[in-house]
Amino acid sequence: MTEGMALLTIFVLAAFVGFEVISKVSTTLHTPLMSGANAIHGVILVGAILVAGRADTTGELVVALVAVVLATLNMVGGFVVTDRMLEMFGRGARSARSSSQEKSADGGSGEAA
Amino acid sequence: MRDFAYLVSAVCFILALKGLSSPRTARNGNLVGAGGAVLAVIVVFTTDGLNHILPILVAVAAGTAVGAVVARRVQMTAMPQLVAIFNGVGGGAAALVALLELADTDGGLSLAAAVFSMIVGTVSFSGSMLTFAKLQELMTGRPVIFPGGPFVFGGTLAVAIGLGIVVYVGGGHGMAASAAAVAAVLVSLVVGVLFVLPVGGADVPIVISLLNAFTGLTVAASGYVLSNTLLIVAGTLVGASGTLLTRLMAAAMGRSISSILFGAFTARGPAGAAAGGEARPVRSVGPEDVAILLGYARKVVVVPGYGLAVAQAQHTVRELADLLAARGVTVSYGIHPVAGRMPGHMNVLLAEANVPYDQLVEMDDINPELPYTDVVLVVGANDVVNPAAKTSPGSPIYGMPIIEVGEAGAVVFLKRSMRPGFAGIENELMYDPKTMLLFGDAKESLAKVVAAVKAL
Repeated sequence: MTEGMALLTIFVLAAFVGFEVISKVSTTLHTPLMSGANAIHGVILVGAILVAGRADTTGELVVALVAVVLATLNMVGGFVVTDRMLEMFGRGARSARSSSQEKSADGGSGEAA
Repeated sequence: MRDFAYLVSAVCFILALKGLSSPRTARNGNLVGAGGAVLAVIVVFTTDGLNHILPILVAVAAGTAVGAVVARRVQMTAMPQLVAIFNGVGGGAAALVALLELADTDGGLSLAAAVFSMIVGTVSFSGSMLTFAKLQELMTGRPVIFPGGPFVFGGTLAVAIGLGIVVYVGGGHGMAASAAAVAAVLVSLVVGVLFVLPVGGADVPIVISLLNAFTGLTVAASGYVLSNTLLIVAGTLVGASGTLLTRLMAAAMGRSISSILFGAFTARGPAGAAAGGEARPVRSVGPEDVAILLGYARKVVVVPGYGLAVAQAQHTVRELADLLAARGVTVSYGIHPVAGRMPGHMNVLLAEANVPYDQLVEMDDINPELPYTDVVLVVGANDVVNPAAKTSPGSPIYGMPIIEVGEAGAVVFLKRSMRPGFAGIENELMYDPKTMLLFGDAKESLAKVVAAVKAL
């Protein structure tokens, strides 16, 4: 199997997983789910870093660094904003606000304002 | 080793989406996803032959600082806009990556993927920026339509695709191909704008979801170009789940995706236009009247809308509900799936104000109760209670399920003005004899009603 074919196979299988994994989701969670998925595609940051690391000219580097900043915004902002939405959910909604010192994986602390 | 770490990240993303599909596991799911992303970003730095590490770290730090601060500081009400922006910059980043990789591909499918990523990423970028402008009310939230719109859109799209083919045929490098690539990006910016312009009102979030899926596919294509399996898996996951989510959201509103995207092109029916003509009589009342009505009711349903969110009145409305409950009135909240600006937005806002979860009743469950309800208090909502969705086939919101507040004994609207809602459609219910209107800022009006109830 060529590399291209292997990648294509991964693509097709991932598409099925994507459909299956969220097939049953309540309306209330549509917004956080969209926001979470949005954060996940922020992983383009990996691609941006690879391209920036291989840049040959200053021009290329600048464009690639812009991509790095944009991708980081997408990823970090996406996960943080999703966490804030979900902070409000569920049974512990009331206590979650007062005891919101759990750190998110991005190093941010609980919402204070 | 590196590939193994990428595999772990990919599994984290799958578990994240799975977790996000259930209220109990949602928050942990998101954290697992964030963990996977952090792992992937750390691991990528171990790639051989990576230069410019310092400037890259600075760029990552800058993006992290801005992203985290903005995401943390923004008002809960402005979240949909923020999601739109984050989605847009992701698409933009993917398009830039593809643009830089054009010259380095070895042709064939890889080059095609780069061209696809470049065009679709750019469309996602400009489209998301326009949805931001609409939600932020930097421009009208209504559908913007002009004569020949579909043809202009189709023509621009054809030009973008044509330029993409030129880039592909040119092999992705050399003067001609580079010029065509830049032109394709510029034209794609216009395509994104034209794509979102005709979408209006409550449909905007659905378009964000669709653009989100676009960005996912863009990232997957970039992954193909870079031969990076993690990007392929993550991007495809988002592309697939985003497409499904878009359909679910549209279904929750009783719309089809094609009618959302192209509805405004075709349905320019007279019923869609807000009749700005003659002023019809409405029953405007004071806070004391509302207080008496509510204070002596047996069952009250509050229908919150975006106006409540804008006025930050969620705390005041809970105060009123507590006060009424203390007087023996049964109070619940009727939550339309798209109340606010996004599905589930209102639940988040009310949870923030510590409204007990069991008082939040979804539309399908509240509607059968409304005929037995004495008073419905509509706070800053309009489209989601507009009977035109049931009775007026020409209306842009026709077919959208609504909370049938007209079934209740009396309806009180708290409104800033007679201005129609986000979708710009007149609401007949305002002129119904059993409807009362209390004009003013939602929070101030509620505070006055609270004071008046206390004085009863």
